[in-house]
Amino acid sequence: MTALLEVKDLQVRVEDREILHGLTMTVNGGEVHAIMGPNGSGKSTLSHVIAGKPGYEVTGGEILFKGEDLLEMDPDERAAKGVFLAFQYPVEIPGVTTMNFLRTAVNAQRKARGESEYLVPDFLRKVREVAASLNIPMDMLKRGVNVGFSGGEKKRNEVLQMALFQPSLCILDEMDSGLDIDALRIAADGVNALRSPDRAMVVITHYQRLLNYIIPDHVHVMSNGRVVKSGGKELALELEATGYAQYEEVAA
Amino acid sequence: MAAVQETVDRVRQIDVDQYRYGFETIIESEKAPKGLSEDTVRYISAKKNEPAWMLEWRLEAYRRWLTMEEPKWARVEYPKIDFQDLYYYSAPKPKKTIGSIDEIDPEILETYKKLGIPLREIEALEGVVRPEGERRIAVDAVFDSVSVATTFQKELKQAGVIFMPISEAIREHPELVKQYLGTVVPTSDNFYATLNSAVFSDGSFVYVPPGVRCPMELSTYFRINERNTGQFERTLIIADKGAYVSYLEGCTAPQRDENQLHAAVVELVTHDDAEIKYSTVQNWYPGNSEGKGGIYNFVTKRGDCRGDRSKISWTQVETGSAITWKYPSCILRGDNSRGEFYSIAISNGYQQVDSGTKMIHLGKNTTSRIISKGIAAGKSQNTYRGLVTAHRKATNARNFTACDSLLIGDQCGAHTVPYIEAKNSSTLFEHEATTSKISEDVLFYCVQRGLSQEEAVGLVVNGFVKDVLQQLPMEFAVEAQKLISISLEGSVG
Repeated sequence: MTALLEVKDLQVRVEDREILHGLTMTVNGGEVHAIMGPNGSGKSTLSHVIAGKPGYEVTGGEILFKGEDLLEMDPDERAAKGVFLAFQYPVEIPGVTTMNFLRTAVNAQRKARGESEYLVPDFLRKVREVAASLNIPMDMLKRGVNVGFSGGEKKRNEVLQMALFQPSLCILDEMDSGLDIDALRIAADGVNALRSPDRAMVVITHYQRLLNYIIPDHVHVMSNGRVVKSGGKELALELEATGYAQYEEVAA
Repeated sequence: MAAVQETVDRVRQIDVDQYRYGFETIIESEKAPKGLSEDTVRYISAKKNEPAWMLEWRLEAYRRWLTMEEPKWARVEYPKIDFQDLYYYSAPKPKKTIGSIDEIDPEILETYKKLGIPLREIEALEGVVRPEGERRIAVDAVFDSVSVATTFQKELKQAGVIFMPISEAIREHPELVKQYLGTVVPTSDNFYATLNSAVFSDGSFVYVPPGVRCPMELSTYFRINERNTGQFERTLIIADKGAYVSYLEGCTAPQRDENQLHAAVVELVTHDDAEIKYSTVQNWYPGNSEGKGGIYNFVTKRGDCRGDRSKISWTQVETGSAITWKYPSCILRGDNSRGEFYSIAISNGYQQVDSGTKMIHLGKNTTSRIISKGIAAGKSQNTYRGLVTAHRKATNARNFTACDSLLIGDQCGAHTVPYIEAKNSSTLFEHEATTSKISEDVLFYCVQRGLSQEEAVGLVVNGFVKDVLQQLPMEFAVEAQKLISISLEGSVG
């Protein structure tokens, strides 16, 4: 079976500085991977490079997604193929209602895959269904994208999009930042509902807390642009007790 | 390549190919001799069979113009205009009194057809399956210096509405024209308005009698065709007590290497409880990617809320012209009168826009609202210039102004120049201004969700201008939205 995501010896630069120095990891369908590590270890860089954010230069290695060369694709093409990044800080788009944004995006992806666009009634039915399951009031969808949303609302909006687009790879970048415990639980419940045998998740986080709610199959510790240790979910608890310091020394 | 950089490059590529209205109509025309003199003024007046008082009015304006200087305060730069190197009058030949639409040169009809402007009423009624309740639009088409067709005249007449070329109105309704012409924009107002007063050739005249709500939208479509020709149209709209009218204006011109001058004057008058809604979609040729050619658009538009509780609302979508110099304004003379200005000004390439409004509060309890959205791309400069002033007697005057600018790329400029004067203590003026760039983060967020680069820019820009688009009549809003996409996106349209 082809792995869903294969990152092989990935080296990435931003301007003159190398951030990732040969990172390797494999993610199969149905798995949840957690990537932990101190600030500046390259966690967010990895998520951005997978999603295709401009400004990063890949100097070595490769990323295969369902066996295809992901680095050859434009970011919108990657989205249509099933790569979804839940942003740490979702942006605001004034004057564009969330509903309009969702419809434009879902239809753009469908079009790219050669599928027919959703008709308005079908789309509305679908959104209502998904929004209800996440406790999102329809009024929120009439507001500008993320404009005036609380931290919790923004993250729920990310999960809503994830549920709507049904991607095969979900990368959650620091989903717990800025959330109180109740908001975190709601968002995590939404993510857990999306776990399925043909979908994988990569959960990037600084703290173990999030992993109490989204229980990973694998945990990787990153430091200085490399994976320095991998293990099961117990590794996260171990880290909570000992901190990152020992790994920083290993990497240095 | 960075996403924003890519967008900037795409935007930069936009040149003549993107301008869909750049074709030229080959017809014979009759022109006044080149240059400007008293003889030119007499020639135009004679061509129009004008009464002696009208000629006198023009000549007085011409003599005054000779003593005036071009305004220099706007943030626009252009080589000196040689006013003797222009034609001031050009009319499609043969020039005879047009009795029915069949007598119009078929080439001209074809031109308007290409532009999507229905001049045949039958076409307007039967051409397409119309959604229920859609409003019909009466059109006055102005080709170079003359009005070539005005539709739905009969139906409007039944309602008591006068809608005709101003050249006809001068002959048929001299009492109305005399009473109002030049009372909002006096012949001495400014260099270009004075020039217009001397040489204007045509334009629209509208009079809506007391208590009448005009049964359809009125529209004028301006087309400059002839080379080296200035277009100087003059529009006068009067809404008598309790009347209402909505008026739309559209403009295009062929692509040419040289610059063409357009200096129009629009005057609006509302009496007690009357309302005029004036919408413009201006898409004159903006010049090519090197900044060559394009229209110089020096326009004076002003409305006078003469009566109590009257209202004038300007809405403009400005995407064309090499240079735009335009400040549709409201004089709030009547007590409790209201002025509104909604504007979207888009500049790209080497376009220069200096536009805004003046809200002059003279009456008590007068209110005004200004919403301006400027979008600058390419190497363009986009300036909002606005004046809000309350007279000593304008107690309880209120104004709200919001000026937002959006920059695409790093070689363009957006400027906001507000002037605010309050001469009484009960006035309340609010001014908000923002300047933002389409950020890389916003674009990346959109493309990560599957939108293409162009779709992302279009979505963000349309969100930015939404408040203003909502003010346009429906038919125009759709056109404007498309126009915005075409103006900013290299590959769409």
